Amino acid sequence: MAEHLLEVQGLKQHFPIKTGFMKTTMLKAVDGVSFTIDRGETLGLVGESGCGKTTVGRSLLRLYKPTAGSIKYHGEEISDQNIQGFRKQMQVVFQDPYSSLNPRMTVGDIVGEPLDIHKLYKTQKEREDKVDSLLELVGLNTDHKRRYAHEFSGGQRQRIGIARALAVDPEFIVCDEPVSALDVSIQAQIINTFEELQQRLGLAYLFIAHDLHVVHHMSRRIAVMYLGKIVEMAAADDVINQPMHPYTQSLISAIPIPDPKQARERHRIVLQGEVPSPLKVPSGCAFRNRCCWRQDICAEQTPELRELAPGHQVACWNPQMPK
Amino acid sequence: MSDYHPDQIPQKKPFSLQLDVSKFEPATAAEKEQHDIMRESTTFFKDGIRRLFKNPLAVLSIVILLLLIVIIVVAPMIVPYGYSEVIRVNGQRDRSVTNLRPFTYSELEQKAIDEGQDVFPHIFGTDELGRDYFVRVIYGARVSLAVGFFASLIVLVIGLLYGSISGYVGGRTDIVMMRIVDIIYSLPDTLMVILLSVVLDQVLGDSLKGTILASIGNNMISLFIVFGLLYWVGMARLVRGQILSIKTNEYVLAARALGAGAGRIIRKHILPNCMSVIFISTALQIPSAIFTESFLSFIGLGVQAPMPSLGSLANLARGGMQVYPYKMLFPALGICLIVLSFNLLGDGLRDAFDPKLRR
Amino acid sequence: MSQPLLQVKDLHTSFPTESGEVRAVNGINFSLQRGRVLGIVGESGSGKSVTAYSILRILDNPGKITKGEILFEDTDIVKLPQHQMRQIRGAKISIIFQDPMTSLNPVYTVGNQLTEAIRLHTNRNRQQAQERALEMLELVGVNEPHKRLKQYPYQLSGGMRQRVMIAMALACEPDIIIADEPTTALDVTIQAQILELMQELKEKLGMAIIMITHDLGVIAEMCDEIIVMYAGRVCERGTADEIFYNPRHEYTKGLLRSIPKMTASKERLTPIGGSPVDLLNMPKGCAFAARCDRAMKICLTEPPEEMVINPEHRAACWVNVKEGAMAQGGQHNG
Repeated sequence: MAEHLLEVQGLKQHFPIKTGFMKTTMLKAVDGVSFTIDRGETLGLVGESGCGKTTVGRSLLRLYKPTAGSIKYHGEEISDQNIQGFRKQMQVVFQDPYSSLNPRMTVGDIVGEPLDIHKLYKTQKEREDKVDSLLELVGLNTDHKRRYAHEFSGGQRQRIGIARALAVDPEFIVCDEPVSALDVSIQAQIINTFEELQQRLGLAYLFIAHDLHVVHHMSRRIAVMYLGKIVEMAAADDVINQPMHPYTQSLISAIPIPDPKQARERHRIVLQGEVPSPLKVPSGCAFRNRCCWRQDICAEQTPELRELAPGHQVACWNPQMPK
Repeated sequence: MSDYHPDQIPQKKPFSLQLDVSKFEPATAAEKEQHDIMRESTTFFKDGIRRLFKNPLAVLSIVILLLLIVIIVVAPMIVPYGYSEVIRVNGQRDRSVTNLRPFTYSELEQKAIDEGQDVFPHIFGTDELGRDYFVRVIYGARVSLAVGFFASLIVLVIGLLYGSISGYVGGRTDIVMMRIVDIIYSLPDTLMVILLSVVLDQVLGDSLKGTILASIGNNMISLFIVFGLLYWVGMARLVRGQILSIKTNEYVLAARALGAGAGRIIRKHILPNCMSVIFISTALQIPSAIFTESFLSFIGLGVQAPMPSLGSLANLARGGMQVYPYKMLFPALGICLIVLSFNLLGDGLRDAFDPKLRR
Repeated sequence: MSQPLLQVKDLHTSFPTESGEVRAVNGINFSLQRGRVLGIVGESGSGKSVTAYSILRILDNPGKITKGEILFEDTDIVKLPQHQMRQIRGAKISIIFQDPMTSLNPVYTVGNQLTEAIRLHTNRNRQQAQERALEMLELVGVNEPHKRLKQYPYQLSGGMRQRVMIAMALACEPDIIIADEPTTALDVTIQAQILELMQELKEKLGMAIIMITHDLGVIAEMCDEIIVMYAGRVCERGTADEIFYNPRHEYTKGLLRSIPKMTASKERLTPIGGSPVDLLNMPKGCAFAARCDRAMKICLTEPPEEMVINPEHRAACWVNVKEGAMAQGGQHNG
């Protein structure tokens, strides 16, 4: 089997938080996450707020220094020493199109900055041409090069962000909730843009979002996170149609369906209680306090991801096998 | 809201809709594009300047300051008197030329005029030593403004450097640097100036005689030094605060993800975004420096005579205030005008450029 | 049909700014019956929140209602003086805001804020108000209500805070609750809890709800009737089934086509092209025309009137006229 493009093993990201006078607790934002992504593939990473999905993305790119774990790109371990080289192959698109672009820079400058940093051109004309082609690639008018970011709508700004990420010709892009801040009608445009680019350029994505509809549409495989751990990982259709982890099941059933008849007929699993604070993760399985199928073992031992069906991994002592 | 049924068009309401079938042709892309207009491009800077000029007080203060600068530059070329020059008429010392009221002449001058000579009027009169007061006030304004600018420049440079390092590096360095700022903040500035000028007097003695620095005097040098030592802390705190808040913006994170180094991030991403705040703060620092200098001159710690400053002129005029009120009036008015104009300008700049106040 | 509880007639609201007049609401009409849930769907810039704030007359300066009437129980509340309006706010018509983090005052306890609302509008003394507050907290499913009364908002989670907001809104038994994106800031599983709660409360207390959101899923779950807004105008109105299964405005159709559905195959989505309209430069004709695939010349010049599709469904779109005319032409020819 060809090597994976990206291989993450046991990634941990802990942040020390002051919780009292002279007392520090470790916030375990990411607590042992492992997955792989192949060339041209999209892995969707889904979960609610506080589950650590954004932190996974940022740790991957070494924007935070991982507390533990290994990240291998093309089989090579990423460290502080060689990260600069990898920055040309791994890029990121952020969530908020309003704060991820410098308000004092023109569009041409924003998109051209990566070219400047990595010295990817020899003449000024070359730079101009590259910037133009990037703008066209994401569907923007090249006349707008001289304008400032704040003059554009959310969707257009997100395109600028994508163009910027593509400037270094990456193979892999971390998409950190790229459509969450956009209007519904614009989301579809940007999702299409991502897909077209993937087809044309053979990009691989880690697509992070909290909207399962969108993640299911974009991804070949989906990983569901809860409080810093992956609780289920499988092909996208399998996760949606045959979820085995109780959390995944309630997540899917909680999503409102834009179809009145289905909405009236379906049965909903409404979870009780709130998501525990990541500072006080329950022992054993973090989900046990809200789970209606919990058993004694769930409080004692933390379940590991096990393959319960081909390509379908679940971390649960009492998985709900599909009927 | 009409009760309009689309399948009953011609029968029900024949005139409510001029049914022009051609209008139901699909619209072309060009026609649709005209529908979709984009507003004209403005930069943040242009936007701010436009807003600034809509503010009447700000415009007024700009006008006053410009006029003042013009007068200060041009007047000494027109008025034939020097600031330390005791007026002589036809080469003669004139006892009666002291303490003249504005636009009056002494006896000797009057005689000269009668003989057909041109004697430039004393617009503000003369002082107790027979020097033209107008020129002195003008030079005093020059000194005050110069001190204001240079002191603010010192504050800007030191504060900017210190604050950006502290804010960007963060962590323990930041904590230590800020505690130093706290200590400096608590030192009494006037006391320091006095101490320093005494020390400087001892240390430098006459070594600076003959240089430019001698003309402004040891007191002024100590003033600049004190500014350099003490007054930058406010700016440092401000810059640090700005950097801390800008650092959290996602575009800074994006720049890191692109592989930008610290230097580039500070130069291209952080500083340009806090420039307007720094600029405004500096604009407001100028009147503060002028005021401090005037105050120190007023209590006798300012520029060395015979160089005038608005504050020292006011001080000298204190004694004769009852008899010659105009001698206090002109420098005091000068200080007020300059300080007020800069304050209004600074306020106007803040209103115009502060993004939080934007609707 | 009984007398509607609330009737909005030709409402126009705009914000004069230094760059021009932002015309947020441009002539909308709707009515709300007792005990029904009306959904207002739209994206940012559609004017849905401004509509809610106009009803309660809590528009931010410099916003103003420039035209129209809002009839609540036969009184035009647009013209009501502030002191009378205050008797309606909180007591007859309440609002739940989007962000529970910022809509509760952080320096007052939960109990304090709840009892404030109660004592403002009813004659209860402090003791009675406390009891009522406890009742409300239990009603909305806040656990340990006695403890919560003494807590500050920062000590509560997002879902809990939203429940407290709902309790505050319900405390004086209003006739209408306006919910302005009440679950947008919440996690999906918490959203499910809150929506379920709102359904229960509606059954129990019988108030009318105006649900404002951009989430078509929430609309489908909660609402009896729906109006779709774009650029401050109503594009389409009808029952939930009509809007979802028989959309007759190109914008509504576009919206429904562009959302990814989990059961559908992974075909490309069909987005709506272009960008949202600039409210400072409102075009002539239909505001949606520049983005519409089926735009006709008339769409660029004449704003469409609302046309009756069937007794439960109206749409303001010239395409319906064209289709109607073609159908008629077919009849004549056939």
